[in-house]
Amino acid sequence: MSGTVLSVQNVGWSPGRGHALLNGVSFDVPAGKVLGVAGANGAGKSTLLRLLYRFHRPVTGTVRLDGEDIWSMSTRETAQKVAAVLQEQPGDFALSVREIVELGRRPHGSGFARGGRRDTEIVDEALERMGLNDLSARSLGTLSGGERQRVMVARALAQKPRLLILDEPTNHLDIRHQLEIVTLISSLNITIVTSLHDLNLAGRVCDQVLLLHKGRSLGFGTPEEVLTPTHIEQAYSVFVRQERLSQSHEQHLTFHL
Amino acid sequence: MLQRPHHSQSLNEATKEPGRRKSWRFLGLVLVGIAALCLSMIVAVSVGAVPVPAGTVLGVIANKLVPGLFDVTWSSGREAIVWEIRFPRVLLAGFVGAGLAVVGAALQSVTRNPLADPHLLGISSGGAAGAILALLHTGLFLGLLTVPLMAFAGALVATLVVLGVTRFAVATSADKLVLAGVAVSFIIMSLANVLIFLGDPKATHTVVFWMLGGLGLAQWLHLLFPLGILLVTVPYLMLRAADLNAMTIGDETAATLGIPVTRFRFTVFVVGALITGVMVAFSGIIGFVGLMIPHIARFLVGGSYTRVLPASLLLGAIFLIWADVAARTLMAPEDMPIGIVTGLIGGVFFIVLLRAKTGGDR
Repeated sequence: MSGTVLSVQNVGWSPGRGHALLNGVSFDVPAGKVLGVAGANGAGKSTLLRLLYRFHRPVTGTVRLDGEDIWSMSTRETAQKVAAVLQEQPGDFALSVREIVELGRRPHGSGFARGGRRDTEIVDEALERMGLNDLSARSLGTLSGGERQRVMVARALAQKPRLLILDEPTNHLDIRHQLEIVTLISSLNITIVTSLHDLNLAGRVCDQVLLLHKGRSLGFGTPEEVLTPTHIEQAYSVFVRQERLSQSHEQHLTFHL
Repeated sequence: MLQRPHHSQSLNEATKEPGRRKSWRFLGLVLVGIAALCLSMIVAVSVGAVPVPAGTVLGVIANKLVPGLFDVTWSSGREAIVWEIRFPRVLLAGFVGAGLAVVGAALQSVTRNPLADPHLLGISSGGAAGAILALLHTGLFLGLLTVPLMAFAGALVATLVVLGVTRFAVATSADKLVLAGVAVSFIIMSLANVLIFLGDPKATHTVVFWMLGGLGLAQWLHLLFPLGILLVTVPYLMLRAADLNAMTIGDETAATLGIPVTRFRFTVFVVGALITGVMVAFSGIIGFVGLMIPHIARFLVGGSYTRVLPASLLLGAIFLIWADVAARTLMAPEDMPIGIVTGLIGGVFFIVLLRAKTGGDR
């Protein structure tokens, strides 16, 4: 599993005849790096992610993986390279955890057979990695929110992607599971794009940050460059204080109305 | 996170075993299901106003398949009852039950709505409207097949209208497709009611048949159509079982797994409309089978569509065969509309399901 170079050029998107939700956004993510996408509600984070996992076709601009436009690939080819963990609520259809993780092998197989020995190994590995061995026979509907999220991440890992897209992966998770997700993100050597609400967390985990405001890029670069009080005050309409934690001496942002 | 790569070998072995045991268990369940289906068919043929011993039923059927296999110890009247009347009726019950259950299971996945049912999407009301038009207004201008043909045409027209509405309203998402189906269903039912209102009051009795369902019109020749549509569509749905699994997670996740979501949902909808249209044409509207059977199937074999589809097929067939036995015998010699039986059982089933669901949440 190795990362892919993600190159986004001047992308914009609008629904039908509606006004643009995203406008002229460009950035590059080197192979194996983590990009955090930040911004207020409605800033265009989810829209941008949808362009990256090929759910929406950009109205302007291109999304390229290792130089190849994702819209010149087949859906299957994209699915072999890009996996996403989204905030969708799965219907309760009594699928077992293992069966859901097995879905991750669909882009690589015939979609019909149960899958070969290699598929079984990859699914086992993903279950193991997310600590789901004991839950593998349970039905998704019986799991807690945090456990479900881990199942969805395991499913994405089973896809063996070269680009992993995460939409608010720490939402609704307790502190331990948040930290586990963050540790996972740092330990994977594939390219990752994740939207994050917690800016302090973004500063710790991400190699690069893209700050969106009303569908436009307000800043792109290292967390130190982008997550400055001035930028954040503009993006979120709050007052920001940069503080230094007394024990670890790390930078910490606090927010005030 | 929670990495213990060195132990993975032994754990691999441990987790592979239950999977294999599960498929053996499923195969066993399928064999039990097939046996139950055959037994149900024989009992269903033997039960009725004139009871026919099960041995005679087997003898008649075996002799028809392989002439001269058994000595004929039964009257030609019994033979006619078994071969001409009851056996085709039982087969039709099996085909219709299997078809409606499979359509229900598939639609529940692509609409991500556990309450989806072949009748929810306007398909059946279209079929009923077509049949009512033929029965009350146009007359049998195409001979004996007029009513089934008109019913099928009505189902197809309704399907096209639903698809047209979803396009018109730019409503391709799962929940909006259901809403469009419900809306079209209501409109077509009012049109059908206008046809009944304008029609001959004495003939409206036959219309009840289409609204409540019944298998009394079963004939050998007609069986070809339900069988044919099942032979074409069920293998297609089985081939897409993994995609049906993926669709239950969500549209966007399914798309990231390489499934062309909108086109797939459209295809499953059309396949469902074809099956339902053919079934409604020969049996009228039989409710609750498509809604209820997949839930029972999931309870027995788990949620994966590779198992839910065959299980729904078998259970749907068995269920409707027995529902028809009840419809024929409860008010004998009168044939009760089968929709009354399935509706009654379905309603009670739902209350039980509700209780089980809330019990699980506590």
